[in-house]
Amino acid sequence: MLENYLPILVFIAIGLGFGAFLELAGYLAAPRKENFDKTLPFECGFDAFEDARNKFDVRFYLVAILFIIFDLEVAFLFPWAVVFQELSWFAIGAMGVFLGLLVVGFIYEWKKGALEWE
Amino acid sequence: MSDVDFVDWAMTLIWILVKIVLIILPLVLAVAYATYAERKLIGYMQLRLGPNRVGPKGWLQPIADTVKLIMKEIVVPQGSSKVLFIIAPILFIGPSFAAWAVVPFDAGLVLADINLGLLYILAMTSIGVYGVIIAGWASNSKYAFLGAMRSAAQIVSYELAMGFALVGVLMCSQSTNLGDIVTSQSGGILSWYWLPLFPLLVVYWISGVAETNRAPFDMAEGESEIVAGFHVEYGGMAFSLFFLAEYANMILISFLTAIMFFGGWLSPFEGLGVLEEWTAWIPGTIWLLIKASWFLFMLFWLRATFPRFRYDQIMRLGWKIFIPVTLVWLPVVAIIIKAGWLD
Repeated sequence: MLENYLPILVFIAIGLGFGAFLELAGYLAAPRKENFDKTLPFECGFDAFEDARNKFDVRFYLVAILFIIFDLEVAFLFPWAVVFQELSWFAIGAMGVFLGLLVVGFIYEWKKGALEWE
Repeated sequence: MSDVDFVDWAMTLIWILVKIVLIILPLVLAVAYATYAERKLIGYMQLRLGPNRVGPKGWLQPIADTVKLIMKEIVVPQGSSKVLFIIAPILFIGPSFAAWAVVPFDAGLVLADINLGLLYILAMTSIGVYGVIIAGWASNSKYAFLGAMRSAAQIVSYELAMGFALVGVLMCSQSTNLGDIVTSQSGGILSWYWLPLFPLLVVYWISGVAETNRAPFDMAEGESEIVAGFHVEYGGMAFSLFFLAEYANMILISFLTAIMFFGGWLSPFEGLGVLEEWTAWIPGTIWLLIKASWFLFMLFWLRATFPRFRYDQIMRLGWKIFIPVTLVWLPVVAIIIKAGWLD
């Protein structure tokens, strides 16, 4: 069974190596003439005012947190779905309760306005 | 380790390498000519000619572009995190290529026939987000940073809808192995999953467009507001790695849609008597390529037709429309299966 995963390991290594090789090729083939103005971060022709790593909207955190909750739900659903056709009604009902709880949470966050972008 | 063992082992490894090259080379060629096809098609849709100067009818345009990109300087901006800046494109392209390891091109024609194929693909496409975030963060440029944030939030949001849609496919197919998913759809065009899972197909396909940051969901780039988004500071080969990976992802999404909802390599004429006999000589790979090309064409078509969404509209579509639709349709799929209407 595990030997089926060897090609995947090799493929990941080749994928990364391919990227590294192309970048190296570009680095070697292209000219390199650095100067101060060229290496400024692009800001429509102005010099950069301040560091870009600034405060940003908290909604992005919110989306990330909601994503984790729902992605876990999907991770629970996957194995359940694969054996679905052999499951008893009890197992289906159990997943129904679980999904129901998450739907309640989903409705709550919807009403709270966590999904609004103003 | 004895010599025989070592030779055995080396032969296996070489054989794997040959197969990987046989996947990567056509893929890179397909990416190059997908860019050409895109420019030509959008050109015709907008009553222009598209590229037609380099080579006969512009056929050498992608090669000219590649040569140009190799010769361009890779500028590393001051104040950036240099190592992360260099690594980000590699982290983006690695997974987008590696995902192809489990794609079945015909019955048994697959590099790694693993049981967790679908999970592996989801994992690989998710890892791509790291490349985007690292690129945006390392550039230390405001546009890049905003683009990375937007893109990351958008990709994770649509991944949820995509995951839910795939749960429906798994309920019908009883396997996460992509080859088994295809064979479980055999029995003619009406037993492919597009019919019982139609709402999930729509959700999956549109989420796929959003996942690959394509128009009309290309908020990550959005040249009218944040110039080029997360890769604004990248030039030359470093940029073309992002470009390559994006197109490889588009082709992957097209293949996956064909595999999971349109019967993969199965002939559409199965069970249609005379038509099935006449087309029996066509290999399954050709059918798969035809189906995937159609979805790739749809991606270009979408780009030529629709204006860009606004960011709040994109998030609303993902969270408030797609997730409820899938949550409603999963119980419906359960009923369809339990009532035995699928067979």
